[in-house]
Amino acid sequence: MICMMQSQRMFAALSVAGLVMFAAAPLLIAQAPYESTMGLIQKIFYFHVPGWIVMFLAVFIAGIASAIHLFRNRPAADRLALAAAELAVVFGLIGLVTGPLWAIKAWGVWWQWEPRLTMSLILELTMCAYLLLRRYGGPGSDKLAAGVAIFAMANVPFVYLSVNIWRTIHPATSVVPQLAGSAPGMFGPFVWCAVAFLVLFTAMMAARTRLEAQRAHVERLHLALEER
Amino acid sequence: MPNFFRVAWLVMRKDLTIEARSWEMVSTTLFFAVSCVLVFSFAFVRAGQPVEGAAAGILWIAVAFSGTLALGPTFDRERHHDALRGLLLAPVERSAIFFGKFLGVVLLMTAVEVVVAVLVALLFQAPLAAHAWWVAALLMLGNVGFAAVGTLFAAMLVRTRSRSVLLPILLYPITLPALIAGVMGTSALLQAEPNLDLARLWAAMLLCFDAVFTTLALWTFEPVMTE
Amino acid sequence: MNGVMRAATAVILVLVMAAAGVHGAQPQPPQEEFVPIDELPPGDQMPAAPLLIAAYAIVWAVVFGYLWSIWRRLSTVEREMQELARRADAGEQDS
Repeated sequence: MICMMQSQRMFAALSVAGLVMFAAAPLLIAQAPYESTMGLIQKIFYFHVPGWIVMFLAVFIAGIASAIHLFRNRPAADRLALAAAELAVVFGLIGLVTGPLWAIKAWGVWWQWEPRLTMSLILELTMCAYLLLRRYGGPGSDKLAAGVAIFAMANVPFVYLSVNIWRTIHPATSVVPQLAGSAPGMFGPFVWCAVAFLVLFTAMMAARTRLEAQRAHVERLHLALEER
Repeated sequence: MPNFFRVAWLVMRKDLTIEARSWEMVSTTLFFAVSCVLVFSFAFVRAGQPVEGAAAGILWIAVAFSGTLALGPTFDRERHHDALRGLLLAPVERSAIFFGKFLGVVLLMTAVEVVVAVLVALLFQAPLAAHAWWVAALLMLGNVGFAAVGTLFAAMLVRTRSRSVLLPILLYPITLPALIAGVMGTSALLQAEPNLDLARLWAAMLLCFDAVFTTLALWTFEPVMTE
Repeated sequence: MNGVMRAATAVILVLVMAAAGVHGAQPQPPQEEFVPIDELPPGDQMPAAPLLIAAYAIVWAVVFGYLWSIWRRLSTVEREMQELARRADAGEQDS
């Protein structure tokens, strides 16, 4: 009981912190300098990139937790993987929506079949397939879905590096790591937004894993009652 | 404990023997592949002329669809008389069983690719023969990657309900990078001025994909089939 | 005519009159020819601000929507748990 109260308080604190940080974000973003070629629309960068960072992180967590569950048979790892996969879909959706909103102004089209965009869409579809498998696969689908998640994680490096291998219209990966040096005024707000997203992600993960844990508890209670 | 490759060979030989009795898989899959190409030839031909650049895409789509179709029955036949349990209970390395099945799928898909490539070259006047070795290399690499992922997922889903719907849902997003690489590489070869460097680049990417995903499939087959 | 039909007719009449009135109020001289320009004047280009605001709003909406969906599912599960606990207690008292 005490543990539950503590985790609920932690979840509430994290959520509030994350939401407050995100609410304050526009103030910082407004102060950041404009980008020379793209102007105002470039400021979507402060939501778009952190969204994808969190999505990749979620895919990695899902993949690693799935591997643990698959090879060591830990239900807790499986619950973590499911939560991470769901959040990967959610944050991927944020990335896939903010991207076109930026693209229509910067490139003149909503979408382009270039490597980074294509691969990101594929990653999102893979995580959706994971969720579909868990929902409709019947008993035993947790192990099967774990296999899918591991493959999805293996795909992430292809997504990240695609932009470096093929020179295309999407900004290269060198933009963010060099941000502190090349555009210090942008670096602060970017880190703020990234941290805000990470805090929100942690809170959402905590909530979602708790939901799964409660569901497992209910299952056990059902079984215990039936045995009587 | 029998040698890994011996076990794989035995599994593959079993499948080939079953197939040689009826030729069911080969004939149905080939027929489907040919129908696929015909459907596309109606969709992508304008005024009697094939649409520019469609040949590469159609080749790979026909291969992907036929492959997906063939994967289901490959493991379905193990469901009869608990054959799958018998296979898994055998005192051999499980990944060897996977490898044997995988080789069977690769062989079947190679047969499909040969027929489809010839058909596409004829119907779409695509100069595939000009760079036959490169095309063959791309097709083989794509074949191996697709078969590795496909065999694993088909095996995973063999006891799942809604498996016939779930297999394409799972298979396509994961194998899309390989399919894209195959199409781009083949297009580079079929251009008016073939770009061999680009084709080489895509072949290299396919090789990486194959290495990573075949390894992953070998590792995960054992725990996934344990239930 | 019952009340609904009357209301619907009234709405349709008003809309038709409004459309007629709007059309009548803007005399439209016929266009003689197209005049091409190379670049839209700055006033006509797609404005960036609404897109930026939309992006921000969508992030909020998605985050809140997801948190709300978790909260809803959690309440359902916890209600079920209390129900089961109650039945378990009742069962114990019987036996």
